[in-house]
Amino acid sequence: MVETVVKVRNLVKSFGELDVLKGVDLDLYKGENLVVLGKSGSGKSVLIKIMVGLLTQDEGSVKVLGKEVKGLSQRELNELRLKIGFSFQASALYDSMTVRENLEFPLVRNVKNLSKADKDKLVEDVLDSVGLLGTINQMPSELSGGQRKRIGIARTLILKPEIMLYDEPTAGLDPITCMDINNLINQVNEKYKTTSIIITHDLTCAKVTGDRMAVLLDGVFGAKGKFEEVFEHAQDGRVKSFYDYNFIKQ
Amino acid sequence: MAGDPSSKDKIIGKRIDKFFIGLESAFKFVKRFFQEVWFPPYEFKEVIRQCYQIGWNSLPLISLTGFIVGVVFTNQSRPSLAEFGATSWLPALISIAVVRAMGPLVTALIAAGKVGSSIGAEIGSMKVTEQIDAMEVSATNPFKFLVVTRVLASTFMIPILVLYTDFVALLGAFTNVHFNELVSLSTFFVQVFDAISFLDVTSSMVKSLFFGFTIGIVGCYKGYNSTKGTEGVGKAANSAVVMAMFLIFIEELLSLQVTNFFRQL
Repeated sequence: MVETVVKVRNLVKSFGELDVLKGVDLDLYKGENLVVLGKSGSGKSVLIKIMVGLLTQDEGSVKVLGKEVKGLSQRELNELRLKIGFSFQASALYDSMTVRENLEFPLVRNVKNLSKADKDKLVEDVLDSVGLLGTINQMPSELSGGQRKRIGIARTLILKPEIMLYDEPTAGLDPITCMDINNLINQVNEKYKTTSIIITHDLTCAKVTGDRMAVLLDGVFGAKGKFEEVFEHAQDGRVKSFYDYNFIKQ
Repeated sequence: MAGDPSSKDKIIGKRIDKFFIGLESAFKFVKRFFQEVWFPPYEFKEVIRQCYQIGWNSLPLISLTGFIVGVVFTNQSRPSLAEFGATSWLPALISIAVVRAMGPLVTALIAAGKVGSSIGAEIGSMKVTEQIDAMEVSATNPFKFLVVTRVLASTFMIPILVLYTDFVALLGAFTNVHFNELVSLSTFFVQVFDAISFLDVTSSMVKSLFFGFTIGIVGCYKGYNSTKGTEGVGKAANSAVVMAMFLIFIEELLSLQVTNFFRQL
């Protein structure tokens, strides 16, 4: 039986009078890449931010690696966070630090008794994995959008997470760089044996990286399944229009 | 309706609510600082980096301002003393004014503008670009790394900057006195040290610690609680300066009362 690493039940989250998630159910199975699609503001990012404890739900249950996120103490939450990598939409690289310092930041604070040689090796390995070893001494401001995304992913990989959460990994990038990032997500999945949730509204990214799709519509998952099942044979008009307006169809 | 008394009451009520909610949030922020400052991990490297940013990088501005304050204050005080034929008291008068009030106040106000705004803007932009969230999800404590380090650095560096400003302002005063009254450097400083007491220096240092803490904590609080967007970053920087300056004047007033109490003992 396949292990469930994330289990979400009846998740409800509102911001003031705006109901964003209205009873979301979700299972993420070990080793798979699940793509969560939906329009801007549909609550995709809110969903994964609740999974890492950056936001707290109003109702419902979110279990990650068997632990209910809401009830965890700060220490338990930190232990859980070490097993989750979170790639932010705008990369969220620390502006005042070089690429090396960005990568070392989580490492030196979470791995005890690490020699300088070990630290350097880990940083170089992970930078090599994303193909950006040459940028090690550069500042984030000197990097392109695609490079920043890759470094952001590398920073999360350095702690060898079991689960990767990608928030809009291809947003704001040109099609060729998008493809590079899509390939990188697949390579990361293979090399680091991660389970991933990819938040996107880019259907190319969804098709290339995802094993399974889940489409957020009006605060609940309107469709779930393989790409072909969800989009190419879509019955729901909202899913159909989502597909029709995407450049793949054009 | 705009003119409806009940709607005016509601607006006033909301403002009062907002004020007290803000006060509670600020109190919790300060409380969190005192809870976290004692316990490891200690970010020594970042504290040193912030000390350099706050201290060393403020030196050119502080030097210029301190020197000008010394020159101008001496020049403005001379006519009043000359009326009584007491220009020889200039070094004593200036040293008391500089050490007791002007040095700490000028340094703190400049630091509130330079350091407070930069802390507010830096942390505010980190909040807006999700860098603080990125620290949290990598199981590190952003409050410890960003807030504790900056507040400590600011608390340590402002007293040092105040001592430096005092020295530079007295140098400016000496330059003016030397060219007008032909007083030598040693005579000037003998008069200076005769005039100031241990209590003057101690009270100046203690209030400088409070000024430094205020500048750091207000900058961090405003940045940490900035709302989304670049407009929020600008507001955070601006309100950090305004609030810090306001609090510095209040603290100056309180310190005056406390020092006077000790002086009368």
